[in-house]
Amino acid sequence: MATVLLPRSLLALFPGIERRHEVSGETVAAVLVALDARAPGMRDRLVEEGPRLRPHIKVFVDGQQADLSTPIPDGATVHVIPAVSGG
Amino acid sequence: MTTIQLLVGTTKGAFILDGDERRRDWSVRGPLCEGWPIHDLIVEPGTGAILAAGGSPWYGPAVWRSEDGGKTWTHSSEGLTYGDGAGDPEDGPQDSDGPPGAETVDGSDSDGGDRPRHSVTTVWSLATGPNGMLYAGVEPAGLFRSADGGRTWSHVEGLTNHPTRPTWGPGAGGLILHTIVPHPTDARRMWVGISAVGVFETRDGGTTWEPRNRGVRADFVPGPAPETGQCVHKFAMAAGEPETLYQQNHCGQYRSTDGGLEWTDLSGNGVPSQFGFPLVTHPRDPNTFWVIPLTQPEDGRYMPNASAAVWRTTDRGDTFTRGETGLPQEDAYLSVLREAMARDTLDPVGVTFGTKTGQLWHSSDEGDTWRLVTGNLPEIWAVEAVVHD
Repeated sequence: MATVLLPRSLLALFPGIERRHEVSGETVAAVLVALDARAPGMRDRLVEEGPRLRPHIKVFVDGQQADLSTPIPDGATVHVIPAVSGG
Repeated sequence: MTTIQLLVGTTKGAFILDGDERRRDWSVRGPLCEGWPIHDLIVEPGTGAILAAGGSPWYGPAVWRSEDGGKTWTHSSEGLTYGDGAGDPEDGPQDSDGPPGAETVDGSDSDGGDRPRHSVTTVWSLATGPNGMLYAGVEPAGLFRSADGGRTWSHVEGLTNHPTRPTWGPGAGGLILHTIVPHPTDARRMWVGISAVGVFETRDGGTTWEPRNRGVRADFVPGPAPETGQCVHKFAMAAGEPETLYQQNHCGQYRSTDGGLEWTDLSGNGVPSQFGFPLVTHPRDPNTFWVIPLTQPEDGRYMPNASAAVWRTTDRGDTFTRGETGLPQEDAYLSVLREAMARDTLDPVGVTFGTKTGQLWHSSDEGDTWRLVTGNLPEIWAVEAVVHD
């Protein structure tokens, strides 16, 4: 079981969804599938063809930058963060 | 009571302006769609739902849908993909600079990294067919359709599989399918416009497609005009005449009376520049359409002489007249993008255009006189006018 923290701009796309989630999944990819079950369409907002994380979406597992294949240790904290982008 | 809405897509979200049939006073709502860049807005016939096409730099492409006049929205991109396996580097150019002077529309980069070459990044255009099917044009160029109002999508593979696909190259704004013109009664027929590739038509519901660029110049390549590679900016159908199409191209204005098989060059008919983006046809008169000429790309892409005007023809493009009353005639370095002009269906017809610098101008007398609706929106990419009786 991991704790996932979602960014404000993503929450705005899914009214009623909480920022903090307790989710099971062996990899980042599995965690995102689990989140998609709670908020249908959320995976499409975070993952593009490949599949891979969208270019300006960053995921950190226990503070380390991750990709879809990164393992999720039991008790891990997963941050989903929109990268600094713009100007 | 008749009311009218102006639906406006910008770099920082959608906006809705509500007015009445006098079309003089407007109230502004927005930004909507969570501030996402919005390239196109339409109203779904039958349901009245507002649909908005766009793409977030963070969260990817989506079609937004509102069934309560823009108060609340849902979004989906389910099926808006070429598939996880897409992206063969042999599929064709993706990062070229396009023709010299090709349009820069949104300043987006051309994705030169190691991303899949066919990741759908944004939705550029929407249209509904006579059978209620919803269509979406995306970047990189392709066509998708939805039978459930945009909740789920399927790829129209026939266009992507066209033999010329490996040669398709983007303009500086990307390889984009920006114009969709369904036949009004025959669901098997449809035209699409892709920059910088040209016009295609299907007559079998999307299974096969044929280029429709004969007679259209491509001045940015040497030799005779190719079969594809023309830089279509916008085209539209004449009212009540499905075989009559009018086109604003990178290289001139054109007319076709045979469904795009042959195009006649209208340049030199009074319009001060061959270059421009939007073209809008009259809702009832097949002889009338409006264009907004801009200076050539290397000259800045603003209204010629920095003097604002919308040009109208009432004889199918044989002659054009300049409509400038109310518009700034000095120091007006205004530019209008391909989707940023629209007309309503009232009599006389109202015409509205939005600029890259956030001004929204409206004429309630078919382009004779103009009033500033609002001057402080973000960069405007799209305008649509909707009449509610």
